Amino acid sequence: MIPAAFDYTAPSTVDEAVRALADAGDDAKVIAGGQSLIPVLRMRLAAPTTLVDIGRIPELRGIRDDGDALVIGSTTTHYEVQRDPAVRDHALLLKVATDTVADPQVRHRGTFGGAIAHADPAGDLLAPVLALEAELVLHGLEGERTVAASDFFVDYFTTALRQDEILVAVRVPKHTGWGAHYEKFNRVAQAWSIVAVAAAVRTEGGVIAEARVGLTNMSSVPVRARAVEEALVGQPATVEAIKAAAAHAADGTSATEDSNADTAYREHLARVLTSRAVTAAAGV
Amino acid sequence: MRITVTVDGTTYTDEVEPRKLLVHYLRETIGKTGTVVGCDTSNCGSCTVHLNGQSVKSCSVLAVQVDGAEVTTIEGLARDGELHPVQQAFHDNHALQCGFCTPGMIMQSIDLLADHPDPDEDTVRHGLEGNLCRCTGYQNIVRAVQDAAQKLKPGSQQPVGGQ
Ligand SMILES: Cc1cc2nc3c(=O)[nH]c(=O)nc-3n(C[C@H](O)[C@H](O)[C@H](O)COP(=O)(O)OP(=O)(O)OC[C@H]3O[C@@H](n4cnc5c(N)ncnc54)[C@H](O)[C@@H]3O)c2cc1C
Ligand code: FES
Ligand code: FES
Repeated sequence: MIPAAFDYTAPSTVDEAVRALADAGDDAKVIAGGQSLIPVLRMRLAAPTTLVDIGRIPELRGIRDDGDALVIGSTTTHYEVQRDPAVRDHALLLKVATDTVADPQVRHRGTFGGAIAHADPAGDLLAPVLALEAELVLHGLEGERTVAASDFFVDYFTTALRQDEILVAVRVPKHTGWGAHYEKFNRVAQAWSIVAVAAAVRTEGGVIAEARVGLTNMSSVPVRARAVEEALVGQPATVEAIKAAAAHAADGTSATEDSNADTAYREHLARVLTSRAVTAAAGV
Repeated sequence: MRITVTVDGTTYTDEVEPRKLLVHYLRETIGKTGTVVGCDTSNCGSCTVHLNGQSVKSCSVLAVQVDGAEVTTIEGLARDGELHPVQQAFHDNHALQCGFCTPGMIMQSIDLLADHPDPDEDTVRHGLEGNLCRCTGYQNIVRAVQDAAQKLKPGSQQPVGGQ
């Protein structure tokens, strides 16, 4: 289908973009890669009056080393994240999760920030961002503020972003030398996660020293599996020990039921996939 | 809005509505009907073209977003009446039946070979994940891509990539 008519503007700075959003009012929307928004517009599930295209703002694109963190500009594409050597070395979990997103064409256009701002509970980059304790840098009329990932995701497709704010960058603390794995469960090619698990693990001499585990699609927002993380620390990196810790994966989650899976099945998947993800991340 | 875009080597300047999808611009405004639309959900990949050298689904890009860019479609691949090696490999390996998915399959295969010049079967299948075919069962498509890879190895004349 053809989208409903809208006005379009493509500013070249963040300040202009924020001003354009505020001027256009409640029915304005940011467009980045368009890989979630354009399908929605085509189906006429949304009809914004104005699109503010942030794809021509150079300062939003690219990955920067900032000492103890990587700063990923919001319009950096999935394809660029996949191939970035600093991401591979310091935030491997983001790379392996991005590898599972959609298909090559969508990864050429879709952006890291767009996937996070969209906040689809089945989106594959939310749990990794939460697990790595990233911070989100937002820019609005009143200036810049930084929000922890744990405070950013509010509900289905709902974030801490205000109407006049743009997600400008994501600060990801370096996890140099950590193993990582993203275990995604779906049924067909280019499909979204029914459940998925993001795991990053640091081992020392065969013992798990630190672990981060995030769950995709186990609630309206990404969930941190803290009980699993705590149970893993100090354990030997063995299949048995990891499986025992993974038994806690569904603790405190509130998975929904839909045509793909009921709640009990999602909880089962969370435990099985956590065991697989942590095992792979620990290199067992 | 006025846009200027180079498609298959020719530069066009046109007035377009912001809501016009790139695929509709290509087909309806400049007559490049080789690029087709197979779905309403950004899944089928039959509309795949190259935008500044990278494959994209042209049903999921706005024409206004490509102002100043370079686009290559299936119609821009052949040179002096000679098919591109990937087109030829699809022909030689019977990699199509109805042919509807073929323009997109070929554009994505060229992109895949640019990143993976000698892909194994798994790499081909994953690289074509965004392209659906309702006829062939994919076997001959995978074969065609691997065949093209051999023909495109160093020493052959034609470079991979449209332009
Ligand atoms: C066929 C297909 C399969 C897919 N499969 C997957 C999958 O398996 N896993 C997955 O995770 N994703 C999947 N996606 C979605 C893909 O990851 C998108 O690229 C991503 O969700 C959105 O990024 P974008 O840049 O395209 O955002 P857009 O579509 O441009 O925007 C999405 C939303 O976020 C807002 N927004 C975007 N950027 C910003 C910003 N910087 N600040 C404030 N608001 C912003 C927009 O206003 C809009 O509401 C799929 C998409 C398609 C078409
Ligand atoms: S027409 Fe189906 S993906 Fe573009
Ligand atoms: S040949 Fe008919 S859809 Fe592929």
